[in-house]
This record gives sequence, structure tokens and C-alpha cells, in this order.
Amino acid sequence: MAKIIVVTSGKGGVGKTTTSASFATGLAMRGHKTVVIDFDVGLRNLDLIMGCERRVVFDFVNVISKESNLKQALIKDKRIDNLYVLAASQTRDKDALTQAGVGRVLEELSEDFDYIVCDSPAGIEKGALMAMYFADEAIVVTNPEVSSVRDSDRVLGILSSKTRRAEKGEMVKEHLILTRYVPERVEQGEMLSVDDVCEILAIPLLGVVPESTDVLNASNSGLPVILQDESKAGMAYNDLIDRYLGEDVPHRFVQAEKKGFLNRLMGK
Amino acid sequence: MDWLKLFRGEQKKGSASLAKERLQVIVAHQRHVGQDHPDYFPKLQKDLLRVIRKYVQVNDDAVNIGIERDGEYEVLELNITLPEGK
Repeated sequence: MAKIIVVTSGKGGVGKTTTSASFATGLAMRGHKTVVIDFDVGLRNLDLIMGCERRVVFDFVNVISKESNLKQALIKDKRIDNLYVLAASQTRDKDALTQAGVGRVLEELSEDFDYIVCDSPAGIEKGALMAMYFADEAIVVTNPEVSSVRDSDRVLGILSSKTRRAEKGEMVKEHLILTRYVPERVEQGEMLSVDDVCEILAIPLLGVVPESTDVLNASNSGLPVILQDESKAGMAYNDLIDRYLGEDVPHRFVQAEKKGFLNRLMGK
Repeated sequence: MDWLKLFRGEQKKGSASLAKERLQVIVAHQRHVGQDHPDYFPKLQKDLLRVIRKYVQVNDDAVNIGIERDGEYEVLELNITLPEGK
């Protein structure tokens, strides 16, 4: 039986797809058979971040409407074994995602995979609700910024009331990933700190991903940032995968780098 | 600029603490109001308003309903603000 993990946030542009891509890639790199599904019907983007946009023939909605089978629609990653992508439809609207249809596809995938990562669209409409409904666990991606934190809190409310697990009286296990973190600005008192966000949202912290130019480079080249060994963001994702799988890994990149003597003299 | 600050010993108070305070208020409110109200809440609110208006003229926002959880019980909380001097 696969574990179903939804990557969600409420707010757009905080790094859901970046996180989904890197999280799924990281799990697969460690030998777990993983599929990552784009739930953003009509605005698919995961295929671009995963670098498989030219190989999409059939998509999630095709499988739901039985126009194709799963085998035809699953795109096997060329770099990483055990990693598969299920793209969203570009043309249909979100009503194409029916609860019964999504449930059937997830069940079929469950037989074959260890992890199913559901990349939720922004907002709290149908597509987002469908991505959340069947989840066993949720990764809430948040930026250290007021609107993002507020939306994350809303999403947490939905996770605890409108999911299959909630209906059965069970909990969806929640994880927080704080992205676009700038320790220097936190130190200046200009940005909410990890501790602030953890205190407000009150869910366990899985990882902190520092703001990094590598994320744009990664999406430019269709290579999940976790595969960039030199990148701090990539390292942060690698750390949080290990942490997710039970290793005790300290959080890096949460402290501002120490400035050299000269910089301290010139700067502040 | 930085040098001046250094000499004046000025420590700029960041906006992050303000962000945190505002969020704590919002989140507490959000959780109190909750998103898991039954679907009939808006209608109930409207009906109550109509009944009350048979007797007293009140504003649209005079009726406030919420659900409070108290252990195993759920309590329907109803707050009606009557106009002054009536």
C-alpha cells in the first residue's frame, strides 16, 4: 500500500510544485518507488519542472475518464529509477476531477507504488480539495510572509475537516516546509523566523529551504533542484527527505552566515 | 548611512514582530470561526434575522452564531445585539 502525500499551501507561488518535484525525486533516489501527480488541471506545470513536458501523451484526466490506462499515462523519469510523473490535463477544467475517479486511480497506483505525491493547485477549490481528500500525510509549504502563513492555517483547517481521514475520525499527518527563507533578513527583524511560523501554525517542521537563485535555474532547465548538489536549496531538500525517512538531521541554512571582518566593518 | 546608524546606536525595529502579532490575531480568529460550520449556517442566520425583525429592528450583522466545542458536546452559540434604548 502506498502512502499518499499531498503538497499544499493555499497560496500560489510559494513552492508547491518545486517541493513536489524535489520531494518525489528524493524519495525515488533513496529507492522508493514514487509517482508524482499534478492536480492543477488546466494549468499543468509539474511536467516542466520535472523536465518531461515533451513526453506527455496522456494525462491524469485521460486516466480518470478511461480514455487511457495508467500505464500509458505514467511518464518514467529518465534520470532517476523508481520515479514516475502523471501530468495534469492542459485543456479540461477542474470538474474533470471526480472524487470517485481520483479515488480509483490512486487505489490502482497504491498497488504498485510506495509513495504517491499529489501536487495541489493553489486555492481551496475543487482541484485542491481533490488533491487533499485522499491524503495520509500533508506537506504544507509556507513562505515566511503573512498571507502565506494565513493561507496555510486555512489549509490546515481543511485538512482536519474535509479529508477522507477526517471523515473517519483520523488525523492527516502534517509537515511544515518553510521555503524562500532568508536568515539575514530574519536577523534584521524584517522576516518572520522559523520559530515564529512554527509557533503560529503549530505543526512539526520538516525542513527550511533557503531563498536561492538555483530554484529558478532548476526550473529553467527542467531539473528538480534536489539534483543540484552544489545548491543550498538542493541540500535542504536532501536533508528534509532524510528527516522524513526517520534520520536525525540538523537544520541547516537557518542562521545568517557570519560576515567576514571587512564586511562587518563596511556593512553593519 | 550604515555608518550613521552605527554612531547613533540606532537599532531599527523590524516589521517581523508586527507580522507575527497580526498573524496571531488572524489565526486565533480563523480557528474560532472555523471553516467546518454546517452548510445551513448562513440560512439559519438569515431566518433568525427575519424572526427577530418582527419585533425589533436590527442590523444585518446583529446576529452572530458559532459552534463551540466543549469536550464531547457541541454548543450552538447565538449572539444577538439589540439596538440601544429599546
